[in-house]
Amino acid sequence: MKFTYYPGCSLHSTAEEYNLSNQAVFRALDIELEELNDWNCCGATSAHSTNEFLSHALPLRNLVLAERQGNDVVVPCAACYNLLRNADHHVRFGGEKGESLNAEIEAVMGSRYRGEIAVRHIVDVLTEPEVLKKLESKIKKPLEGLKLAAYYGCLLTRPPKVVSFEENPEQPCKLDLLIEKVGADSVRWSYKTDCCGGSLSISQPELVIKLTQTIVEAARYAGAEAIVCACPLCQANLDTRQHEAGGGPGGSTLPVLYITEVLGLALGLPGSEQWFRKHLIDPAPLLKSLDLLPAS
Amino acid sequence: MENQEAKVLPSFELVKEVEAKSGQPVGRCYQCKKCTGGCPMSFAFDLFAHQIVRYVQLGLKEPLLKSKSIWICACCKTCKSRCPNGIDISALNDTLKAMALKESAGAAEGKVAAFHDAFVSSVERYGRVHEAGMLARYKLKTKTYTQDMSLGIEFIKRRKLKLLPEKVRQLREIKQIFQRAKEKSQ
Ligand code: SF4
Ligand code: SF4
Repeated sequence: MKFTYYPGCSLHSTAEEYNLSNQAVFRALDIELEELNDWNCCGATSAHSTNEFLSHALPLRNLVLAERQGNDVVVPCAACYNLLRNADHHVRFGGEKGESLNAEIEAVMGSRYRGEIAVRHIVDVLTEPEVLKKLESKIKKPLEGLKLAAYYGCLLTRPPKVVSFEENPEQPCKLDLLIEKVGADSVRWSYKTDCCGGSLSISQPELVIKLTQTIVEAARYAGAEAIVCACPLCQANLDTRQHEAGGGPGGSTLPVLYITEVLGLALGLPGSEQWFRKHLIDPAPLLKSLDLLPAS
Repeated sequence: MENQEAKVLPSFELVKEVEAKSGQPVGRCYQCKKCTGGCPMSFAFDLFAHQIVRYVQLGLKEPLLKSKSIWICACCKTCKSRCPNGIDISALNDTLKAMALKESAGAAEGKVAAFHDAFVSSVERYGRVHEAGMLARYKLKTKTYTQDMSLGIEFIKRRKLKLLPEKVRQLREIKQIFQRAKEKSQ
């Protein structure tokens, strides 16, 4: 298996640990990732809040580049994934509007998007039956006793018709499946797809603190010891805003892990110390208490 | 009956304009309020999600363009997924934000607008977002130097913020995309 990998801006800066753990896990599962040549920012919420054309054309440039490279694209960031899927959908089903957008991008790049590749999120790829089997066969250290809350956030499943790879987008289960596969417990809770306010994190921190607080409290109430996510914006938001919200009982905080960090631990991959050092809420004490940290 | 003049009757101009710009079938809304029921930002909205749609139907342009809601919508699309008529209120809000900026109502939440501006400028300049530079620009614009200062320090300690920007090689393509975007919004 081989994919084109579109990291997106965050994975080259604030979410470097997500990038490192993705690369490590995919390598361990014998899936080749080739970074997208000369990729650009997808525009995120800011592009679509300011200019519709920009919000379609920026991700479309990446799709044209990816098509030149030949393989399906796999995306780790939920926001990038959402926008790339959206642009793909727009060209495929957008009628005249999609057609004219494609013509515009052709005028800029010399080639158009033909729609011969698929855009997928890493969680979708990792839960393919073949990949799951491989994962199972390579587990070195089952994460027994670790209680995790699978947090999907909003952009992985919404709007369902355009982006969701889950059968029931209101009750997604693929992150839970991965968590259970590696031997950890996935708690039942009802805030799986509630928005954390990622796009307002800088400009409206008070509102965002409120949203994240509700989510973290719900996870704690359900018995989770950590939250697992598959988006750099969700992770940053939940990881950074807990202290400001005063934490839980006694100021306690829940670590927020990336799904590939969790898989990496179970696969016994080296390098996890490097990932965890990047977190504001250090997951090491929790993992150590369950004897889940690799001996260093 | 007092205050007969205050009665609001439907007006079709604004609906037509917003439907065309946003691609959303605003006219189909029958005010079931499912959108508001699931909206995570309701607690902070001055107009609820269903009210935004209703105001568009009624042609109440001024309160819409002055509303804070259009800026603090989290764009989570919960409304769109649950609306029986497939209406995406965040897409309406995008349209209304553009109208507010153009029609001199300005941004009711200036910090949100400043953030988007700083973000998009960074993309225009490099093709990718340079987070440190983008934050600096945002802080200069909003004079919120102390906000999140300790967070910034934590990020720098963990080398989560790169000092130098990454650049796209074919920057010419990015510039052309931005050029077209500007022409189109005129
Ligand atoms: S969910 Fe849809 S139909 Fe119901 S009030 Fe909201 S916009 Fe109108
Ligand atoms: S997209 Fe905006 S209006 Fe719709 S549910 Fe989310 S925050 Fe509310």
